[in-house]
Amino acid sequence: MRHLPARSAVAAPLGLAVAAASRRLGRGSGSVIGGRVTLALDPGALRQLAGGHALGLVSGTNGKTTTTRLLASALATAGPVVSNQTGSNLPAGLVAALAQAPAGAAGALEVDEAWLGHVVEEVSPVAVALLNLSRDQLDRVSEVRSLGARWRAAVAGRPRLRVVANCDDPIVAWAASAASQVTWVAAGQAWRLDAGGCPACEARIRFEGEDWSCPSCGLARPRPEAWLEGESLALAGGGRIGFRLGLPGRFNRANAAMAAVLAAAMGVELDKALEAMATVGDVEGRYQVLTLAGPRPLRARLLLAKNPAGWSELLDLVSPPPAPVVLAINARVADGRDPSWLWDVPFERLAGRPAVATGERRRDLAVRLRYADVCHQVVEDLVEAVRRAGAEGTSAGSPDDGGASATVDVIANYTAFQDLRAALLARGAR
Amino acid sequence: MRVVDVFPDLLGTYGDGGNAVVLAQRLRWRGMGAEVVRAPSGSPVPASADIYCLGGGEDGPQAQAAAALAEDGSLARAVAGGAVVLAVCAGFQIVGATFAGADGRPRAGVGLIDVASRRGTGRRAVGEILVEAPEMGGLLTGYENHGGVTELGPGVAPLGRVLAGVGNGTGGATEGAVAGRVVATYLHGPVLARNPALADHLLEMVVGPLPALADPDVEELRSERLAALGRGWRRRQRTASGGAGEGRRHGGRGVPLAPRRGDHLEAR
Repeated sequence: MRHLPARSAVAAPLGLAVAAASRRLGRGSGSVIGGRVTLALDPGALRQLAGGHALGLVSGTNGKTTTTRLLASALATAGPVVSNQTGSNLPAGLVAALAQAPAGAAGALEVDEAWLGHVVEEVSPVAVALLNLSRDQLDRVSEVRSLGARWRAAVAGRPRLRVVANCDDPIVAWAASAASQVTWVAAGQAWRLDAGGCPACEARIRFEGEDWSCPSCGLARPRPEAWLEGESLALAGGGRIGFRLGLPGRFNRANAAMAAVLAAAMGVELDKALEAMATVGDVEGRYQVLTLAGPRPLRARLLLAKNPAGWSELLDLVSPPPAPVVLAINARVADGRDPSWLWDVPFERLAGRPAVATGERRRDLAVRLRYADVCHQVVEDLVEAVRRAGAEGTSAGSPDDGGASATVDVIANYTAFQDLRAALLARGAR
Repeated sequence: MRVVDVFPDLLGTYGDGGNAVVLAQRLRWRGMGAEVVRAPSGSPVPASADIYCLGGGEDGPQAQAAAALAEDGSLARAVAGGAVVLAVCAGFQIVGATFAGADGRPRAGVGLIDVASRRGTGRRAVGEILVEAPEMGGLLTGYENHGGVTELGPGVAPLGRVLAGVGNGTGGATEGAVAGRVVATYLHGPVLARNPALADHLLEMVVGPLPALADPDVEELRSERLAALGRGWRRRQRTASGGAGEGRRHGGRGVPLAPRRGDHLEAR
């Protein structure tokens, strides 16, 4: 470890020791508790530990973890990288990650939307990517607009900070426009229900195709310097860089575009950055395909969506009818205790697919599916839910790999995803 | 039947747009025609509809919605002409006389019913809520999430009595408001998804008595929600009925915890 002031020099190793103890006790990776211990002993630890690292931060409602992972793979082409890849995106998680960083490592750090201002202040990043803002966990997190205002304050008055921002999201664009240096990327925002009112003046935003503007105060979509075009990232200067990803979906290509431009701001060439991202096949289990052994092996593709915007993207990604789909919903603190948002998700698009509702709030989901006219069954056991869907898929004659196994798309929200993946692994899925 | 979802871009933050879906589907399942009209702000509010639904929203959009509705005038005219209104959370405050704007200062509501809302002084009311509303389908279950409190004027009845949770927050354990054909509440869930009897009550105000619908999914959801609340609630209820007075927030009467099959109202 490099030279630290005396207090952090003691606090950080102690935090690591606690993290190791926590791991041995089987209480997860221990990263957060170790970080908490470090911060409790030394409130300045985040600032101290960040010193000497060129850091890129990633924040937004959706795509944080994936974009951070893609950024880390891009930065790794140039040298050692530190990243909080378990998704522990509060200060304690950042401290835990940085405490283990090799000297001089570049950083790819995911930051919770509500903590961005504090973290920017503490770690003085080289660059920040602002992905999108939409409704999420309404019972506990600030409402969308006030988050935008906090982002705006976070990036203002920092002449050396480079902000990479999604010009398609009016709230993000308004927040980022307070920064001295902005690179605009057209990363898309299909979800517009939270951006109807102008964040600057409250008049109604006018959307026309991909363009948007406020007729009252003149806030308008900034001209992007990079955007997706077919299989390429197109640049305002006229260049086009073709790229392939291991991850599915248009939104992941947009995440890659954001990560690549952020990596470029940190000194990695765009084409090298994009090329490196092709090797990322799953992110903390997201997009992973697990196979349950048995007389008929069953493959489950695991998809995570936490809020209406994320669900809306994934409903477009799942296999077409009559392929079955498993939907798993919890409403714990980390998910938001109020699952009313299920009614903002266009589940009507699942019509024609047999659905299996599971998770602790499967009954809220079942009512939603009934009103969406989606045929469904309700199954309490998570693995049984996947098996049941697999059986549906077989009877519905869904495409499979040579008749030997069926593939089931599984979409789950945050803690349901963790539970379901753990349950599948515990029953021998690989 | 036309059901208007009023300003989903401003008042659609808490999933309350589902209320319009529930109303329309419950008519369709009974073989009647129903249409949901999403009416975004910036365009005139449809004038001739049977039911108008207003949902919850953030402070800024709430003030915008109130100003736009007052200027447009269609909603007030439709109500005068006999339309039914379901107003939830921010929508509840908007249909009243006044509410607190983002700056805390009072703003004018649309004035459809005589209620006045202001900022509460305590903590924001967030969590599961259970309401006894014998005239509106029995037990109402929902999720509340509001910082405002609402005082009912003399001609306005509460929607029900709070058994668990906060509700209007002005003492007396009242929740929501009913005046004429306007029904207002703080309950999300959405409220009509969790309480089909209330949905049918609103529909029957327009089309008259309806046959019962089998709702196994929603019955299981209600049982689960009531059971989740019931453990703590039953305990408090026992304590309250054992004492001399009745706990302000605790029902003294035996209210069945299990939802009643087809527990919607008699025709009224």
